[in-house]
Amino acid sequence: MKLQANRLSVGYGSKIVSHDLSLAVEAGQVVVLLGPNGCGKTTLLKTLLGLLKPLSGKVMLDDLDVREMSVQERARHMAYVPQSMAMTFGFDVRQTVTMGRVAHRSWWQAPGTNDAQVVDACLARFRLQNLADQAVHRISGGQRQLTLLARAMAQEANFVFLDEPTASLDFGNQGRVLGEMKRMAQKGLGVLFTTHDPNHAVRYADHAVLMSEQGILTQGPVAEVIGIETLSTLYGCEIQSSPSGVDGLPIFLTIEAAKNEVLSIKTTN
Amino acid sequence: MKRWFKTLLPWLLLLAGVLLAMSVGRSHISAHDLWQATLEGVLGWGDAQHPLAQTVVFEIRGPRVLAAILVGAGLAMAGAAFQGLFRNPLVSPDILGASAGAALGAVLGIFLSLSIVGIQLLAFVGGLLSVGLVYVVSSSFRQGDPVLLLILTGVVLGSLVGAGIGLIKYLADPYNQLPAMTFWLLGSLASTTADDVFKLALPIAAGGFVLLLLRHRMNVMSLSEDEARSMGVNTTRIRWVVVVGATLVTSAGVAMAGVIGWVGLVVPHMARFLVGPSFDRLLPASALLGASFMLLIDTLARSMASIEVPLGLLTAVVGTPFFIALLRRAHRSWA
Repeated sequence: MKLQANRLSVGYGSKIVSHDLSLAVEAGQVVVLLGPNGCGKTTLLKTLLGLLKPLSGKVMLDDLDVREMSVQERARHMAYVPQSMAMTFGFDVRQTVTMGRVAHRSWWQAPGTNDAQVVDACLARFRLQNLADQAVHRISGGQRQLTLLARAMAQEANFVFLDEPTASLDFGNQGRVLGEMKRMAQKGLGVLFTTHDPNHAVRYADHAVLMSEQGILTQGPVAEVIGIETLSTLYGCEIQSSPSGVDGLPIFLTIEAAKNEVLSIKTTN
Repeated sequence: MKRWFKTLLPWLLLLAGVLLAMSVGRSHISAHDLWQATLEGVLGWGDAQHPLAQTVVFEIRGPRVLAAILVGAGLAMAGAAFQGLFRNPLVSPDILGASAGAALGAVLGIFLSLSIVGIQLLAFVGGLLSVGLVYVVSSSFRQGDPVLLLILTGVVLGSLVGAGIGLIKYLADPYNQLPAMTFWLLGSLASTTADDVFKLALPIAAGGFVLLLLRHRMNVMSLSEDEARSMGVNTTRIRWVVVVGATLVTSAGVAMAGVIGWVGLVVPHMARFLVGPSFDRLLPASALLGASFMLLIDTLARSMASIEVPLGLLTAVVGTPFFIALLRRAHRSWA
């Protein structure tokens, strides 16, 4: 299965946020969307999901236009992990994950045994069984993000779109969430995520789309398109990199950070 | 508390409420006689040996108890539904203008001397228009706290509706219509007849049934708009169905008992405290607790003084401090 956007203009009403966007996500692939604040990553994500109407162009799922599908049908193909979860009421973890099953039932139906099995499997997979009865707003940010991943999994969609899945997570949870995300792709899902950290992009994605306010700057396999040159153009600052002693992949730092490092070495001397 | 007990408790409260409401009243009849009369009437056992008790059970207290159950259950379910729909635990049929709009419709119906069905119909139209207007106006603001805007819009439009009610009262016949309108607007089940109960049971049951069917969609609706849609819920359609269902229930309640505020706000919170936020358990629990609450209030209303105390006054005495307490914790999360 392949999700493809051709020369998309995205925005709200008459306000164009970005235009001429073409990209594709295939089953089993992790695509990362990198770009500065306000360049329209979330708007693009919502347009791909069919939540926003493209101002021009089309989003095609194989040979179907996603805007022509019903809301329910779309949800069976594409799941969304939003940046933050709205929590007016204190649903527990199991109830939250069970909500992911709603697209598989008629409007009046209660979740059945099949739904419960899927939910159990998703809880087990993200090791959330012991938290199943905890209210979502009482667990840690990392556990909450895993709950949202489990909910997206329970939706049994072919594609998952994650909006800055590591935004408010501590260092350890960032790795865990991204690792789980990568494993979702290994099971055959097409994954698209946005991030502000190119170090995550080179380690967890196969394909990178670099997006600026002018549209897509460049895209391709991560190793080819994520480099000092493209990143400094994208973020408008100087960037340095050196290969990691652990995995050999580059570690990127902004020049400010690199300077601080030199300064701190000097002061300790 | 154990889970089974939390499920059972609302039923026990309802049972206690019914027993209390049936046995308290102006004519002193022993519980034994009441029970006998009920069995005689319902099952046709024995001869009518307790004519007075039978009249009390089937013509005076019985219809009133049924009416209180229907109105209380309806208002509480509508409140729970509106709170989920607007993702806002501070809304209720009264704050959203559903009650006021329904009251305007119903007052107009009384003014035009319509039948109970006509009054009910106008109340429904008034309630629907009012909620629709509050929603459209409050969501037309691009900036600001949506919760606050919704409540303020409700207050502002509510005062406009109140002016409309005032106008009709001003025009009404001061000897016949006006006292009836005034008393009824404050909330009362005093003039409930068995016939009214049967005519108004249908819309309340129908609206409540639709809300119950939508219980799992409503869970998802209480997340953000984008989340709900991405999970496969057609939010536009579900929102309308829920608004129509909840307004139908509210307006039927208003047509039967006048404006009884606060039940739709307070009771869903009690129910949520007991069984959690999931609508499959919240709606039944709200209905049962709302019915018990209304039975208690109505029993108080007709027994605490030598004249009937308007229901709206009693619920306001309970509701106002409750709302203030809610506002205090408004920006924490709602368990």
